[in-house]
Amino acid sequence: MSVIYVLLAISLVVAIIFFIAFIVSVKQGQYDDSYTPSVRMLFEDELVKPKKTTTEEFKQEKNQLNKQV
Amino acid sequence: MKVTNCYHCGDSCERQLISFDEKSFCCTGCKTVYEIFSSNDLSHYYELQGAAGTTPKAIEGKYDFLDNEEIISKLTEFNDGNIQIINLYIPTIHCSSCIWILENLNKLNNHITNSQVDFPKKTIRITYKQEDFSLKDLVLLLAKIGYEPYISLEDFEGKKKVADRSLIYKLGVAGFAFGNVMFLSFPEYFDLGSSAASGGEYWLNKYQDLFRWMMFLFSLPVVFYAGWDYFVSAYKGLRAKLLNIDVPIALGILVLFLRSTFDIAFDLGSGFFDSLTGLVFFLLLGKFFQQRTYSFLSFERDYKSYFPIAITRLNTSGKEETVPVQEIVKGDRILIRNEEMIPVDGTLVYGNAQIDYSFVSGESEPVLKETGEQIFAGGKQLNGVIEMIALKSVSQSYLTQLWGNAVFKTDKANSFQNLTDSIGKRFTIAVLSIAFTATIFWLFYDPSKAMNVFTAVLIIACPCAIALASPFTLGNMLRIFGKKKFYIKNTQTIEQLAKIDTAIFDKTGTITTTQKSTAHYEGMPLTPEEESILKNTIRASNHPLSRSLYDLLKEQNIITLDEYEEHVGKGLESSKNDISMKIGSANFVGKTNTDNVLDTSIYISSNNDYKGRYVFQNQYREGLSAVFKNMSETLNLAILSGDNEGEKERLETLLPKLTPLYFNQKPETKLEFIKSLQDQGKKVLMVGDGLNDAGALAQSNVGIAISENINVFSPACDAILDATKFQQLYSYILASKKAIRIIKMSFMLSLLYNCVGLYFAVTGQLEPVIAAILMPLSSISIVIFTTIMTNFIGRKLP
Repeated sequence: MSVIYVLLAISLVVAIIFFIAFIVSVKQGQYDDSYTPSVRMLFEDELVKPKKTTTEEFKQEKNQLNKQV
Repeated sequence: MKVTNCYHCGDSCERQLISFDEKSFCCTGCKTVYEIFSSNDLSHYYELQGAAGTTPKAIEGKYDFLDNEEIISKLTEFNDGNIQIINLYIPTIHCSSCIWILENLNKLNNHITNSQVDFPKKTIRITYKQEDFSLKDLVLLLAKIGYEPYISLEDFEGKKKVADRSLIYKLGVAGFAFGNVMFLSFPEYFDLGSSAASGGEYWLNKYQDLFRWMMFLFSLPVVFYAGWDYFVSAYKGLRAKLLNIDVPIALGILVLFLRSTFDIAFDLGSGFFDSLTGLVFFLLLGKFFQQRTYSFLSFERDYKSYFPIAITRLNTSGKEETVPVQEIVKGDRILIRNEEMIPVDGTLVYGNAQIDYSFVSGESEPVLKETGEQIFAGGKQLNGVIEMIALKSVSQSYLTQLWGNAVFKTDKANSFQNLTDSIGKRFTIAVLSIAFTATIFWLFYDPSKAMNVFTAVLIIACPCAIALASPFTLGNMLRIFGKKKFYIKNTQTIEQLAKIDTAIFDKTGTITTTQKSTAHYEGMPLTPEEESILKNTIRASNHPLSRSLYDLLKEQNIITLDEYEEHVGKGLESSKNDISMKIGSANFVGKTNTDNVLDTSIYISSNNDYKGRYVFQNQYREGLSAVFKNMSETLNLAILSGDNEGEKERLETLLPKLTPLYFNQKPETKLEFIKSLQDQGKKVLMVGDGLNDAGALAQSNVGIAISENINVFSPACDAILDATKFQQLYSYILASKKAIRIIKMSFMLSLLYNCVGLYFAVTGQLEPVIAAILMPLSSISIVIFTTIMTNFIGRKLP
C-alpha cells in the first residue's frame, strides 16, 4: 500500500503545477483585461484580404458590443 | 428630406458636403482620415462597423511640449533611448473598429512595432522605435486619425499605478487549499467511526495521520496569508475600541485553526480544516464580488486631470518656450492657443478671449473677455491665440485653491460605520457570553467537555453568512445600477445613499441640460427675406449659439449671400440684394440700452435698424418637476447655484413651493453650506456636475455627478449618473433603501443558522462533518437569497 505515497505525491505535484500556472498568469496581467481579447481574436487575417462576407458577423458583434458598453 | 450621413463619422452632412471616392463626408477632417486609411489598405475599418470614426480636431502646436525630454521620460513606461513604450488614454475608443485600427497602427507607420488596446480602460499601449520618430509624432498621428490621446497633468505627476492583485492571489490560495483539504478529508466523511480501537478500515487508520497533517499544511497559507487581513482588521478595530465584524471572524479562524491542530496532534479527531479553508474562501469570494470597479471611469479626479502638462511661456526676449505648468510664477507672460486650457488666473493682454468655463461651472455659453480683464484658471480658450500675464501660480489660483481644503484629504470610508460592523458589536458580545455561559455550565457538569464546547461555540458562531450578506447584496446592486447607467464608486456609497435625508442640487448643468435648445423671439417680426438671410448667415458660423439657433429656425432654401463676414467675438454681418443684416451681441447690432443683461440672447438688426432678439433659456431636464415633487415627500431639498438670479422666477414655478433657492454661490460657500447642514445632523446628498461643485461633492455624505457623456470627465465624486437617467434618481435612492432591507433580512436568516449550529455546539455534539455541512450551506443560501432579491429589485427599476 505504500504506493499511496507515490500517488499522493503525484496528485500534489499536479495540483501545485496548476496553482503556479494560475499565479503566473495573474502576475502577467492576463486577467486585467477580460474583454478586448474576445474581440481581437476575431480580427485575425482580416488585414491581408478584407472579406465582404464577414461584415455581417461583425455587425452582430458590434451590436452586442454596443449593448455591453 | 433625405439626410446624407458622413461615411467616416456618421454625422449629418447638412452643413457641408464633400464627395470623395463616391462617398460623402461632413468635413475635410473626416475625408483626410478616410484617405489615410484607404491608402494604407485599412479601409476594412469601415466594414467592421459603419461610420465608426471621429472627426479629428485641429491640434496645431498643442503638443509641442512633447519635444521636452523631461516630459517624455515622465510619460513613457519604458525608455532605453532606442525603444519607448507608452500607455495612452484615448477617450474616443468605443467600438471594435477602434480596436482594430489602433492595433494595426504599424501599418500606418513602420516605427511603431506593437500596439495593444485595453478596451474597458480605453487605453492603448504602444511600443515604437525612437529613431526618426518621437512621442510627439506618435500623438500627432493618433490625433490625425481621430484618436487624440488625453494627456493631463495627472499623468505627469502621478506615479505609475501598480494593479493590486493581492486579493486574486489570496482567493487563489484559499480556493486551492479548500479543494485539496476537502479531497483529503473525504475518507473521514465516509468512515466516521473507524478508529483503530474500534477496528475500522485498516488502510484508513494507517494513513490517517498523513492525511491529517497534509490538511494542516494546506491550511497554513490560508490562515497566515489568505486570511491574514482579518486578523489585521480585527486588531485595528480592537485598538480603536471598536468591535467590528472582523473580530468574531478572526476569532473564529483562530479557534478553528488551534482546535484542529490540537485535535490532530493528540489524535482526538480529524479537525475542522475543511470548514476553516472553506470559510476563508467564501469570505474572500464576498470581498472579490464587492470589489467591482468601473475601469473606464474615475471617481478621484481633481483639477490635475483637466490641466495640461506644459504651457507656452514667452520669455523676456519674446521667444516661445515650453515649460511645465508648475513652473509658472506670478508675472509670466503665457501664450494660450485655440482649444487650450488656461492654467492660472491672470490678466488678458492680447487677443480675443472667448472662454468656455464649462469645466468649471457647467455653463456651456462661452464668455467674452477684453484686454485688461481678468481670466480664471480652468477655462478653455475657443477662439485663436491669446496672451495673458499670470497673477498667481497654478496651485494658488481661484479654482485650484479649493483642493487645499482638508475635505479632499480625508477618506469618507473611514468615518462611516457600515451596517455589518454595527451588527458585529452586538453579535460578538452575544457569542462570547453564550460561549462563557456554556463553558461554565459544562465545567460543573462534565469538565472534560468544557473546552470542547467553548471552542465549538466560537467555531459555529463565526459570522460567515453575516459577513457575506452585505458584499453580495451591495455588490449585485452596484452591477444592477451600473446597467442602469448609475455608476457607483463602492458598496459603501449605497449604504450611505439609503440614509440620505437632504438633497442639494446644483443648477447649471445639473438640473438644466447643457444644450441651450429653446429660444423665443422678442421684437418686430422679420420678413421672409430676412428670415432666409438669417438662417443662411448663421449656417456658416461655428459659434455654439449660432448652431443652436440654426437648428431651431425653420427650413430655408440655401441661398448664396452677397457678403458675409464673421467678426470674432462680436457677431456676423451679411448682405443679400438690398438687405444687410447684423447678428450678434447687443453692442454689435447697435442696440445700446439692453434691458435684461442676465439673459443669453442673439440680437438682430436689418439695414442698421434693430429688429429684435432671440432669447435663449436654460432648458431644464425633462421630468424635473416630477423628480423634485417625489423627492420632497421624504427629503429636504435645496438648490445651490453659482449663477445669478436670472432664472429664479422660472425655477419657483417648476419646483415644489418653498424649495430654498440660493444663487451666486461660490465653490467654498457651497462646501460650507453642506458642512453646516451636516453639523445639524443631516445626511446630505449633493448632486452637481462641474469642478465648482467638487468641494461640495467631497464634503457631502454622497456626492453624485451628473454627466451628459460619461467619457468626459466629471469631478471627484461617489457616483456618476448618466444625465438621461436623471428622472430615475429618486427610484435609485429608494432601491438602495430596499437593498439595506434585504441585508437585514439576510442577517435574520443567518442568525437562524447560527442558532441551529449553537444547539449542536452547546450540547457538545459538534462533529467536524456537521460544521463542514452547516458552514457552506448557510453561506450559499445567503448568496442565493441576496442575489434573487436584488435581481428582483433590479427588474422593477426603470
